[in-house]
Amino acid sequence: MNPQHLNASSLKSRFTRRFLRALTKINAQKPISSSSPREIFQRYGRIKAAADKSMANSVRSRRTWSRAMLWKLRSRSYRQASSGRRSAVKTSTTTSHQAIRKKTNHEKENKPTKTGEDQVGFVVQADELRELVPGGEAMDLCNLLDETAHYIKCLTTQVQVMKKIVDFYSL
Amino acid sequence: MSSRRSRSKQTGGSRITDDQINDLVTKLQQLLPEIRNRHSDKVSAAKVLQETCNYIRSLHREVDDLSERLSELLATTDTAQAAIIRSLLMQ
Repeated sequence: MNPQHLNASSLKSRFTRRFLRALTKINAQKPISSSSPREIFQRYGRIKAAADKSMANSVRSRRTWSRAMLWKLRSRSYRQASSGRRSAVKTSTTTSHQAIRKKTNHEKENKPTKTGEDQVGFVVQADELRELVPGGEAMDLCNLLDETAHYIKCLTTQVQVMKKIVDFYSL
Repeated sequence: MSSRRSRSKQTGGSRITDDQINDLVTKLQQLLPEIRNRHSDKVSAAKVLQETCNYIRSLHREVDDLSERLSELLATTDTAQAAIIRSLLMQ
């Protein structure tokens, strides 16, 4: 009936498995002085990236936003790995847009035909939304709204699971 | 006949109708915690998008906050608990 309710592995369990695996890996890399603020800050960055990566991997390429996020994370780690060499990373943003455009239709953005202030406010908010949703710049309006709904669903799952983990750890 | 053909060439599947947008906006509205309970007719589409932006920003902030707390907690606890948590959450 509802294609999103896969009994075998739901989004929540896929994300949880991946995220916990990443957390144990991060925990294993702990140095001896693991309580210094700098270490905590670095680990915070790694945990956040791991959470986003786990979520994007649980969705794979089925969604434009997950593809965009995976692309962003991979290019960031590539940049960090090759920080010594001055490689031309500027081209990465254009290629990411091209990669996203390949998967979406070549439709010009059609502004809604509402009249009055509501239309202006709508368009302004839509642009704001584009900045928040990964890969939103290259989407047309319909896809943007669709991707946003899925993105919000995944974000709430992510927050739910992370809250549970924090609660367990702080017992 | 020719008029129909020219019209279809014009749209070519690229004209997004207001109804489509309204449907999507309604779908979004159902996900937002604050205005989910309000009557759908009274909330404008711009307001829904604004609430969506605010909600996504607050979710991002929550993820940041939780990541920070996790990082601090990892500094003090050991790895055996991770295996316990995994087994508990998989049930």
